[in-house]
Formats: sequence, structure tokens, C-alpha cells
Amino acid sequence: MDLSLSTRNVSGPGGDRTVVEVGGEIDVYTAPKLREQLVELVNDGSYHLVVDMEGVDFLDSTGLGVLVGGLKRVRAHEGSLRLVCNQERILKIFRITGLTKVFPIHTTVDEAVAATD
Amino acid sequence: MPTVELRFSAQPEHVRTARLVAAAVARRAGVDEAVLDEVRLAVGEACSRAVGLHRSHDITAPVTVVLTEEEKAFSIEVGDGVPGPGSDPSLSGAPRSGSVASGGPDTEADIEDEMGLAVISGLVDDVEVRSGVDGGVIRMTWPTASAVVLP
Repeated sequence: MDLSLSTRNVSGPGGDRTVVEVGGEIDVYTAPKLREQLVELVNDGSYHLVVDMEGVDFLDSTGLGVLVGGLKRVRAHEGSLRLVCNQERILKIFRITGLTKVFPIHTTVDEAVAATD
Repeated sequence: MPTVELRFSAQPEHVRTARLVAAAVARRAGVDEAVLDEVRLAVGEACSRAVGLHRSHDITAPVTVVLTEEEKAFSIEVGDGVPGPGSDPSLSGAPRSGSVASGGPDTEADIEDEMGLAVISGLVDDVEVRSGVDGGVIRMTWPTASAVVLP
């Protein structure tokens, strides 16, 4: 299965948030597409991103690298990158790499959009 | 003798094929269903790493994946064609991993390489990394159900 990406803007209490809905498999082949999308958003001035991973079937370290890269880019603009994920198999990958300490992970998009810290 | 051997050109699009084949053979060998996700992820990580190494070292040889059903275990060996350190003095200027030379994971590629190994070692209890003149091998082994009733 290929990667699917769609973005939408949502207003939250902390200001505008860009929700990136990701579906399919994020691996060494498809991760560059996600990287391009995140880079493009930051270049266009979207610094507060919510990456919705509920539709992701597979994630590997290449995908993690892209998310870390995205976080680095938004932070350079005082921005934020929040993840939405409830799938145990995906959460496990964040845990074993210690990235649960790096990314705020939310259970719903609404919760991520509402977060202001 | 391997149960299934796979050789693919070092292109990212083939890593998915390797994951699917490895998971199918592992299932057939009796690896627990709950562990198949881990097998899929670990073999994907090892193959992504090998593809990256082949591309950064301009190696045209294929990446090899050897799947072997043993008596009470299932093993996967992912081989790359990048000789290890010390095996050839002329290659001393080209370390296997960029992060070794730069002293830390600075680029996204380095971060991915380090996280790939972190994921493999976090997922697989029995993992062995070898490096020789012919290249490096990551060997991962999982137990299989000893009394699987085949249909």
C-alpha cells in the first residue's frame, strides 16, 4: 500500500494548526513524500503541525527520521509538531526508540489541536 | 540450506517486497502471529539500512535476504556488500556509517541509520551483527512453535 497525505487547517485555542492526515505505509520508499510535505508546509509558514497517524499501517525508522526532521524545522520557528496515534504497534516503535519523550502524542486530533503548552 | 533466498537491487521500493516475503515465510515456519509484526519491521529496518549502505558506497550488487527455517527457530540474515573496517586498508576513508566520521547523528540519514539499529535491537532479542571482507550481515532469530500442526 502506498502513502496517502492530506492537509487541512483548523483553528485552536492556541492559534491555527495544520493537520496532516497520513495513511498507508511510511517506509524507506514513501518517507521522502512525507518529508517533502512537511518541508513545504514549513516553507509556506505553517509552523504548528498535527500529524494524524491513525491511518498508518506501517512505520519504520525512516519515517521516524522524517518526523524528527519535521520537528527540528518547526522548532526553528518556535513551532510545534504533535502526533495523533492510538495504535499499539505504532506507539511501540516510538517507545523503543525513546521518541515518546520527544513528541507529544495525543489520542485524538481535537485534543492535539486544543493543546497549547 | 535456506528455505527462501531473496536478492534485490538496492532500491527503496523493493524493501516492501522483502518485508512481505519475510513475513509470509516466517508465518509458514511457525513464528507466532503476535511476533510477525516485529519480524516485518525488523527485516524492513535491516533492508533499508543495507539499501542505504549500497547507495552511499555506489555498490551495484544486490542486497541479500536469507530466510532459514530451523528446527525450533526461524532466522533471517540480511547481507550488504560493504566491507567492514580493517578488512581493506584502501577503504579506511569510507566508513560504513556516516555518523562514525562526523562524530554524531547530524543529518537525517544518520539519524535514520542509528534509529534503524535501535529499532532492530529493541525488537529482536537474538540479533547478531557481523562484518567482514565480503560485507556486513545482520542475523536475527525468532523461536518457532515446536509443534505446529500444518494444514
